Amino acid sequence: MTGVRFHQSDTVDFLIVGSGAAGGVMAKELSTAGFSVLVLEQGPRLEAHEFEHDEFKYFAQSALNNRADLQPQIFKAGPDAEPQRGGGGGPGALYHRLVGGGSVMFTGNYWRFKPIDFMERSVLGSISGTGLDDWPITYEEMEPYYDRAEWDLGVSGEPGPFDPPRSRGYPTPPLPVKSSGVLLERGARALGLHPQVAPMCIISEPYKGRAACQHCGYCSGFGCEHRAKSSTLFTTIPEAEATGRCEVRPESYVRKIEIDGGGRVTGVVYFDAQRVERFQPARAVIVCANGSETPRLLLLSKSNLFPDGLANSSGMVGKYLQFNGNASTTGVFERPLNDWKSVMVTRMIWDFYDSDPKRGFYGGGGIDGRYWGTPLGFLAFGLPPDAPLWGSEFKRLLNQNYSRTMNADVHATSLPVETNRIELDPVLEDDWGLPALRVTYKDHPDDIAIMQFLVDKAIEIMDAAGAVRTWAPESMEQQVGYHLLGTCRMGSDPRTSVVDKYHRTHDVPNLFLCDGSSLVTSGRGQPTETIQALAYRAADSLAQFARRGEI
Amino acid sequence: MAATGALVAAWMGTDPAAFAAALRDARDAARGGPVQFQALTPEQAEDLDAVAAQIIPTDDLPGAREARAVVFIDRALATFQSEEKPAMLEGLADLNRRARGRFSGVSETRQRELLQEIEDGEFFAQVRLGVVIGTFAHPSWGGNVDGAGWRILGFEPRYFWRPPFGAYDAEEMGR
Repeated sequence: MTGVRFHQSDTVDFLIVGSGAAGGVMAKELSTAGFSVLVLEQGPRLEAHEFEHDEFKYFAQSALNNRADLQPQIFKAGPDAEPQRGGGGGPGALYHRLVGGGSVMFTGNYWRFKPIDFMERSVLGSISGTGLDDWPITYEEMEPYYDRAEWDLGVSGEPGPFDPPRSRGYPTPPLPVKSSGVLLERGARALGLHPQVAPMCIISEPYKGRAACQHCGYCSGFGCEHRAKSSTLFTTIPEAEATGRCEVRPESYVRKIEIDGGGRVTGVVYFDAQRVERFQPARAVIVCANGSETPRLLLLSKSNLFPDGLANSSGMVGKYLQFNGNASTTGVFERPLNDWKSVMVTRMIWDFYDSDPKRGFYGGGGIDGRYWGTPLGFLAFGLPPDAPLWGSEFKRLLNQNYSRTMNADVHATSLPVETNRIELDPVLEDDWGLPALRVTYKDHPDDIAIMQFLVDKAIEIMDAAGAVRTWAPESMEQQVGYHLLGTCRMGSDPRTSVVDKYHRTHDVPNLFLCDGSSLVTSGRGQPTETIQALAYRAADSLAQFARRGEI
Repeated sequence: MAATGALVAAWMGTDPAAFAAALRDARDAARGGPVQFQALTPEQAEDLDAVAAQIIPTDDLPGAREARAVVFIDRALATFQSEEKPAMLEGLADLNRRARGRFSGVSETRQRELLQEIEDGEFFAQVRLGVVIGTFAHPSWGGNVDGAGWRILGFEPRYFWRPPFGAYDAEEMGR
């Protein structure tokens, strides 16, 4: 909480909307490059000691995510489906609102994309009814920035058999393997597969003045009181503030990006903590508000010049939303795993990463060993589907299974489908009186097929590891999206994309977008490292443009 | 994380001030001593406690009764879940009618029969959710007294561990 405080009349070099995985990185990179940077974050700022192990507070009260009452949403399970109320962990877009954003609260899975992810259309051909496309950048261009993200933030891991080319190893060694990891390895090897260490954005040894993981067991959906999860809150944001050129202003909810008659951005209008509207001028604006709020802010920023929303001459803003496929299988074993301790994931399988035409459908993904094993999480999802809901047998199963259960989760591609999208709801408003998010999402049939394929493999793996009992989830449909991808896609053609390969909007020269919305395709289910590598890369480009007077 | 949201969907969208009030009350209650119920009469609390004790019975391990899940339910009904209170009390009154008196007054066998009659209904789902959260949520919410619910699971709230964590990774370390 150090550093500069900008005055309301100060025109900052860069105004960043959102302080999460991407915005937090941008703040550091641009302020250390010598520019003045103001970050506006809609949520509060918490310090490490303020994070609690309180499931009810975080999951039921929505203490640190978008809430169903203040920020309600409309969800449609397809373009022709009936609208329903959503948000707050129900159907719709789930994101965290605090300084550091999702990088504070995520599980910590830190997968690079592989070369194929950037050129899949060239390799596989187009898929009718979808917007599957190549990226305008390659893995080779991204590799230095993946490397920078890993070493600047602090990641644990060990190179594995299916890794993409990497210029060096990991800054900290693998976290200690858990029983779920050991069992995943045993089952996978028995089936001739090649398990590998799961890279995690959680440090296993002290790194850059932060303590190593203490294995408390509260990662996914919780902030790390030891600062071992390498969120931007504990890494790049304090480094940005230490330059004396960056201010992070919490509880500042941006409602509009303003432009002048020439179509250039002049600043933003936001509600402060007291809900007073303020204008902050800026030479350039970078929106890093996540794949739901970034397109929403553009759609909210209509003007005579941009009647369909700012930077939306293509009509692509909000379209091609991708959640990633995610499904959780469960296994019970004879002896205690105690997998409720330590980080969520220690081992994973990338054997099914590539799309294989022989399967008859598009898609690929990974499988990891983990446990949704905080106490209420287990009560919600841990017991077998035929378990009684009350009485002595219910209690016996709680006691017997809690420490003997693990999950094998599958993470998969989502095809970009134009009708899966973010819009403004024409009726519903949020608590500030702004049009609410409307989310429309229906998995492509191939998305369901690849999840089912991986679920079958996950069950086989746990069976081969000696599980007493295994079961699969009832439904593969994705309705709660917390990977919010593709809604302002990157591309070379201004008619079919929103930003160029440097994250500059095609329509507005001093407006940039960088977060999950920039992704052209969804990867295999863990987008955070790619979002952050893109932010490092974009910041490099922006600093060069600014120095050359090209913004 | 999204999945956990589904468990508690019924509790979403409530006023944070009411949550804060509930938390304060719950912390007071957790300090021990006789419980002052706020939403429930002592009789209603006793009947709900009997339901809770059937949902998670007491044996050689504590049950919902020792966890004082009913305190969580009471605090929720008094504050952030107050709009659910009429349905809860109506459901309880119906249960007592079925018991021809007080639910807590009939035999345990009869209690189980009565709950089997209503186990597919909304009232039972509502009570069960409250009992589960009251038994297993963080003790700051008024239930799960002294971690009674966590003892059922074998969960230990130490939040600081060193490997090996479980039997299979211990085995691997020994190799």
